Amino acid sequence: MSDQSLTCHEVIDLLSNYIEGALTGDDRRRVDEHLALCDGCATYLEQMRETIRLSGMVSEEEVPETDKAALLDAFRDWRR
Amino acid sequence: MMMVDQHQPAMLRLAQMYVSSRAVAEECVQEAWIGILRGLPTFEARSSLRTWMYKIVTNVAKTRGVREGRSIPFSALAGDHDDPVDPSWFQGPDDPFPGGWRTFPDDWRGIPEDRLLGRETLDHIARALDSMPAAQAEVVRLRDVQGWSSDEVCNALDLTETNQRVLLHRGRSRIRRELDAYLSEGRDR
Repeated sequence: MSDQSLTCHEVIDLLSNYIEGALTGDDRRRVDEHLALCDGCATYLEQMRETIRLSGMVSEEEVPETDKAALLDAFRDWRR
Repeated sequence: MMMVDQHQPAMLRLAQMYVSSRAVAEECVQEAWIGILRGLPTFEARSSLRTWMYKIVTNVAKTRGVREGRSIPFSALAGDHDDPVDPSWFQGPDDPFPGGWRTFPDDWRGIPEDRLLGRETLDHIARALDSMPAAQAEVVRLRDVQGWSSDEVCNALDLTETNQRVLLHRGRSRIRRELDAYLSEGRDR
């Protein structure tokens, strides 16, 4: 690998941006190269993806998308 | 009023990031509702209505926080001193592979789905959210629990794309760490 190759620690710090698709071409390529060779970091990436999936299963009170007309209606009642 | 009730808990949580007490946060949300009421007739859908409403709450609470002398720098909000990726997981400068793993992380793929999705696992996530810095928790809640897009979250919380990603990274990393501690209990490493 070139002297530009990343350490595991550096890769881990970049992984969220990697998952977000927010890395530029060069960084993305270096992370891809590292992941292809490093089981530890590939496993960590799996764990992060799983963390995101499991977080989506947590039930909290939903923040609903709101309809303008419905909200206007509601306020009309409120002011009365 | 149902429409207000639906949004109240999340709005309060949001306001509390910036102000000193629950009571002040409640005043901020009240004030924000008045702003929403005023602006609503002329609201044009450049952003989603939900995002626009939350941005109003954020702005009211931030302004109020400043007036309280409680203006919080982003670094404090983000928990800068407390990175959930622990440097001690990696080899030091005198080790054979500086910056490389000391011990590889656990593979979760062998864990049965009913344990992964079990009540206890989800409780650990909820607890991690409750214990992390509020701004991290808010971003993770909106992004990963509620499924908002990054654009929506940046807009609602008045964050730059970069800062949003910093918060998301720290928050997710913290949850991963909490999950790892729980899921690796009683497993052979």
